[in-house]
Amino acid sequence: MLLSNLEMVPGRIIKKHLGLVQGSTVRSKHVGKDILAGLKNIVGGELKAYTELLQESRAEATDRMTQQAQALGANAVLNIRFSTSSISQGAAELFAYGTAVVLE
Amino acid sequence: MDFLNLIIFVVLLGLGYGVGRHQEASHYRSIFAREKQLQSLLIIQSRYPPALDPPPQSQLVTGSVVVSVDFFRVFVANLRSLVGGRLTSYESLLDRARREAVLRMKEEAHALGANMIVNVKFESVSLYKEQRNTVQSVEAMAYGTALIPGHR
Repeated sequence: MLLSNLEMVPGRIIKKHLGLVQGSTVRSKHVGKDILAGLKNIVGGELKAYTELLQESRAEATDRMTQQAQALGANAVLNIRFSTSSISQGAAELFAYGTAVVLE
Repeated sequence: MDFLNLIIFVVLLGLGYGVGRHQEASHYRSIFAREKQLQSLLIIQSRYPPALDPPPQSQLVTGSVVVSVDFFRVFVANLRSLVGGRLTSYESLLDRARREAVLRMKEEAHALGANMIVNVKFESVSLYKEQRNTVQSVEAMAYGTALIPGHR
Protein backbone atom coordinates (compact mmCIF):
# COMPACT_ATOMS: atom_id res chain seq x y z
CA MET A 1 0.00 0.00 0.00
CA LEU A 2 1.47 3.30 -1.11
CA LEU A 3 0.75 6.26 1.15
CA SER A 4 1.32 9.82 0.02
CA ASN A 5 0.03 13.29 0.73
CA LEU A 6 0.35 14.34 -2.89
CA GLU A 7 -2.54 14.26 -5.32
CA MET A 8 -0.69 12.05 -7.74
CA VAL A 9 2.21 9.66 -7.78
CA PRO A 10 5.14 10.68 -9.99
CA GLY A 11 5.54 8.25 -12.87
CA ARG A 12 2.33 6.32 -12.16
CA ILE A 13 -1.14 6.66 -13.60
CA ILE A 14 -4.28 6.62 -11.46
CA LYS A 15 -6.61 4.04 -12.98
CA LYS A 16 -9.54 4.41 -10.65
CA HIS A 17 -10.70 6.56 -7.74
CA LEU A 18 -12.43 4.70 -4.92
CA GLY A 19 -13.40 7.63 -2.71
CA LEU A 20 -12.63 8.81 0.77
CA VAL A 21 -11.16 6.48 3.37
CA GLN A 22 -10.59 7.40 6.98
CA GLY A 23 -9.37 6.04 10.26
CA SER A 24 -9.45 7.46 13.74
CA THR A 25 -8.61 6.56 17.29
CA VAL A 26 -9.23 8.21 20.65
CA ARG A 27 -6.57 7.76 23.28
CA SER A 28 -6.34 8.91 26.81
CA LYS A 29 -3.30 9.55 28.88
CA HIS A 30 -1.85 7.15 31.40
CA VAL A 31 -2.17 8.25 35.01
CA GLY A 32 1.35 7.21 35.97
CA LYS A 33 2.82 8.87 32.94
CA ASP A 34 0.81 11.96 33.67
CA ILE A 35 2.32 12.29 37.12
CA LEU A 36 5.78 12.02 35.61
CA ALA A 37 4.78 14.55 32.97
CA GLY A 38 3.59 16.87 35.72
CA LEU A 39 7.00 16.69 37.33
CA LYS A 40 8.62 17.26 33.98
CA ASN A 41 6.49 20.32 33.55
CA ILE A 42 8.35 22.16 36.29
CA VAL A 43 11.45 22.25 34.13
CA GLY A 44 9.88 21.96 30.67
CA GLY A 45 11.22 20.00 27.74
CA GLU A 46 10.08 17.07 25.68
CA LEU A 47 7.50 14.70 27.15
CA LYS A 48 8.74 11.51 25.52
CA ALA A 49 5.93 9.34 26.88
CA TYR A 50 3.35 11.56 25.22
CA THR A 51 5.29 11.83 21.98
CA GLU A 52 5.31 8.03 21.76
CA LEU A 53 1.67 7.71 22.78
CA LEU A 54 0.54 10.10 20.06
CA GLN A 55 2.80 8.51 17.46
CA GLU A 56 1.41 5.07 18.26
CA SER A 57 -2.15 6.36 18.09
CA ARG A 58 -1.53 8.07 14.79
CA ALA A 59 -0.01 4.88 13.41
CA GLU A 60 -3.17 3.07 14.46
CA ALA A 61 -5.42 5.64 12.78
CA THR A 62 -3.35 5.32 9.61
CA ASP A 63 -3.61 1.55 9.88
CA ARG A 64 -7.39 1.67 10.05
CA MET A 65 -7.48 3.96 7.05
CA THR A 66 -5.23 1.57 5.15
CA GLN A 67 -7.43 -1.38 6.04
CA GLN A 68 -10.47 0.45 4.72
CA ALA A 69 -8.63 1.18 1.50
CA GLN A 70 -7.57 -2.45 1.20
CA ALA A 71 -11.16 -3.59 1.64
CA LEU A 72 -12.09 -1.37 -1.30
CA GLY A 73 -9.40 -2.97 -3.43
CA ALA A 74 -7.11 0.05 -3.55
CA ASN A 75 -3.37 -0.13 -3.79
CA ALA A 76 -2.62 3.41 -2.71
CA VAL A 77 -4.03 6.20 -0.55
CA LEU A 78 -3.32 9.69 -1.83
CA ASN A 79 -3.73 13.22 -0.51
CA ILE A 80 -3.53 12.05 3.10
CA ARG A 81 -4.25 14.59 5.83
CA PHE A 82 -3.90 14.26 9.58
CA SER A 83 -6.01 16.00 12.13
CA THR A 84 -5.81 16.04 15.92
CA SER A 85 -8.29 17.32 18.43
CA SER A 86 -8.31 17.20 22.20
CA ILE A 87 -11.87 16.21 22.94
CA SER A 88 -11.89 16.15 26.73
CA GLN A 89 -9.30 16.65 29.39
CA GLY A 90 -6.61 14.10 28.87
CA ALA A 91 -8.03 12.50 25.75
CA ALA A 92 -7.13 13.21 22.17
CA GLU A 93 -8.54 12.05 18.88
CA LEU A 94 -6.16 11.27 16.07
CA PHE A 95 -7.68 11.20 12.64
CA ALA A 96 -6.27 10.35 9.23
CA TYR A 97 -8.04 10.55 5.89
CA GLY A 98 -7.27 10.33 2.22
CA THR A 99 -8.43 9.17 -1.18
CA ALA A 100 -8.21 5.49 -2.04
CA VAL A 101 -7.07 4.87 -5.60
CA VAL A 102 -5.96 2.08 -7.86
CA LEU A 103 -2.62 2.77 -9.50
CA GLU A 104 -1.55 1.17 -12.70
CA MET B 1 1.88 27.01 56.13
CA ASP B 2 1.59 30.01 53.86
CA PHE B 3 5.28 30.59 54.25
CA LEU B 4 6.01 26.98 53.26
CA ASN B 5 3.84 27.34 50.17
CA LEU B 6 5.74 30.44 49.23
CA ILE B 7 9.06 28.65 49.60
CA ILE B 8 7.86 25.77 47.42
CA PHE B 9 6.65 28.25 44.82
CA VAL B 10 9.96 30.10 44.76
CA VAL B 11 11.92 26.84 44.52
CA LEU B 12 9.76 25.69 41.60
CA LEU B 13 10.21 29.04 39.89
CA GLY B 14 13.96 28.84 40.38
CA LEU B 15 14.09 25.25 39.09
CA GLY B 16 11.99 26.19 36.08
CA TYR B 17 14.14 29.20 35.34
CA GLY B 18 17.50 27.47 35.74
CA VAL B 19 16.87 24.05 34.26
CA GLY B 20 14.31 25.30 31.73
CA ARG B 21 16.69 27.89 30.30
CA HIS B 22 19.54 25.45 30.13
CA GLN B 23 17.33 22.89 28.44
CA GLU B 24 16.07 25.35 25.87
CA ALA B 25 19.58 26.50 25.03
CA SER B 26 20.81 22.94 24.55
CA HIS B 27 17.73 22.05 22.51
CA TYR B 28 18.36 25.02 20.21
CA ARG B 29 22.00 24.02 19.84
CA SER B 30 20.97 20.52 18.80
CA ILE B 31 18.34 21.92 16.41
CA PHE B 32 20.87 24.21 14.69
CA ALA B 33 23.43 21.42 14.35
CA ARG B 34 20.94 18.94 12.91
CA GLU B 35 19.40 21.52 10.59
CA LYS B 36 22.83 22.14 9.13
CA GLN B 37 23.43 18.43 8.73
CA LEU B 38 20.17 17.84 6.90
CA GLN B 39 20.30 21.01 4.82
CA SER B 40 20.89 19.10 1.59
CA LEU B 41 17.58 17.26 2.03
CA LEU B 42 15.35 19.84 0.38
CA ILE B 43 11.80 20.58 1.37
CA ILE B 44 9.74 21.84 -1.56
CA GLN B 45 6.47 23.43 -0.60
CA SER B 46 4.55 22.51 -3.69
CA ARG B 47 1.63 20.21 -4.32
CA TYR B 48 3.24 19.15 -7.55
CA PRO B 49 6.56 17.32 -7.37
CA PRO B 50 9.22 18.29 -9.92
CA ALA B 51 9.17 16.12 -13.03
CA LEU B 52 12.15 13.85 -12.54
CA ASP B 53 13.48 11.24 -14.86
CA PRO B 54 13.47 8.40 -13.85
CA PRO B 55 10.35 8.95 -11.71
CA PRO B 56 11.09 8.79 -7.98
CA GLN B 57 9.42 6.53 -5.44
CA SER B 58 7.16 8.40 -3.06
CA GLN B 59 6.42 7.67 0.56
CA LEU B 60 4.68 9.44 3.41
CA VAL B 61 7.00 10.60 6.20
CA THR B 62 6.00 12.12 9.53
CA GLY B 63 7.69 13.66 12.53
CA SER B 64 6.17 14.73 15.79
CA VAL B 65 7.09 15.86 19.26
CA VAL B 66 5.31 16.84 22.48
CA VAL B 67 7.01 19.58 24.45
CA SER B 68 5.96 21.34 27.59
CA VAL B 69 6.73 24.76 28.90
CA ASP B 70 8.48 25.18 32.25
CA PHE B 71 6.97 26.53 35.45
CA PHE B 72 8.78 29.85 35.26
CA ARG B 73 7.58 30.57 31.75
CA VAL B 74 3.98 29.72 32.63
CA PHE B 75 4.26 32.22 35.47
CA VAL B 76 5.72 34.90 33.20
CA ALA B 77 3.10 34.24 30.52
CA ASN B 78 0.30 34.52 33.08
CA LEU B 79 1.66 37.85 34.23
CA ARG B 80 2.07 38.98 30.66
CA SER B 81 -1.48 38.10 29.72
CA LEU B 82 -2.71 40.65 32.27
CA VAL B 83 -1.53 43.41 29.97
CA GLY B 84 -1.54 41.54 26.68
CA GLY B 85 1.14 41.50 24.01
CA ARG B 86 3.66 38.96 22.83
CA LEU B 87 4.02 35.84 24.91
CA THR B 88 7.64 35.09 24.13
CA SER B 89 7.69 32.05 26.41
CA TYR B 90 5.15 30.29 24.24
CA GLU B 91 6.62 31.56 20.99
CA SER B 92 9.92 29.83 21.53
CA LEU B 93 8.12 26.69 22.71
CA LEU B 94 6.17 26.40 19.47
CA ASP B 95 9.18 27.32 17.37
CA ARG B 96 11.21 24.55 18.97
CA ALA B 97 8.38 22.05 18.64
CA ARG B 98 7.83 22.69 14.91
CA ARG B 99 11.50 22.68 14.05
CA GLU B 100 12.02 19.48 15.99
CA ALA B 101 9.06 17.89 14.17
CA VAL B 102 10.51 18.91 10.79
CA LEU B 103 13.89 17.50 11.79
CA ARG B 104 12.39 14.17 12.80
CA MET B 105 10.50 14.00 9.52
CA LYS B 106 13.71 14.79 7.64
CA GLU B 107 15.58 12.13 9.60
CA GLU B 108 12.97 9.55 8.63
CA ALA B 109 13.20 10.61 4.97
CA HIS B 110 17.00 10.54 5.12
CA ALA B 111 16.92 6.99 6.48
CA LEU B 112 14.77 6.00 3.48
CA GLY B 113 17.36 7.46 1.12
CA ALA B 114 15.16 10.34 -0.05
CA ASN B 115 16.63 13.51 -1.50
CA MET B 116 13.62 15.77 -1.13
CA ILE B 117 10.30 16.12 0.64
CA VAL B 118 7.34 17.77 -1.03
CA ASN B 119 4.05 19.19 0.21
CA VAL B 120 4.84 19.50 3.91
CA LYS B 121 1.89 20.19 6.18
CA PHE B 122 1.90 21.14 9.83
CA GLU B 123 -0.49 20.11 12.52
CA SER B 124 -0.45 21.12 16.14
CA VAL B 125 -2.64 20.50 19.13
CA SER B 126 -2.48 21.81 22.64
CA LEU B 127 -3.01 19.00 25.10
CA TYR B 128 -4.98 19.54 28.30
CA LYS B 129 -5.47 23.22 27.76
CA GLU B 130 -8.81 23.31 29.57
CA GLN B 131 -7.34 22.21 32.84
CA ARG B 132 -5.51 24.67 34.97
CA ASN B 133 -2.58 23.42 37.02
CA THR B 134 -1.77 20.59 34.65
CA VAL B 135 0.80 20.04 32.00
CA GLN B 136 0.81 22.88 29.51
CA SER B 137 2.07 20.93 26.58
CA VAL B 138 1.75 21.15 22.87
CA GLU B 139 2.21 18.62 20.13
CA ALA B 140 3.65 19.67 16.81
CA MET B 141 3.63 17.40 13.82
CA ALA B 142 4.98 17.72 10.31
CA TYR B 143 4.26 15.39 7.42
CA GLY B 144 5.01 15.26 3.75
CA THR B 145 5.89 13.00 0.88
CA ALA B 146 9.50 11.89 0.58
CA LEU B 147 10.79 11.38 -2.94
CA ILE B 148 13.36 8.62 -3.24
CA PRO B 149 15.42 8.76 -6.44
CA GLY B 150 14.37 6.01 -8.85
CA HIS B 151 16.59 3.64 -10.78
CA ARG B 152 16.57 2.92 -14.45
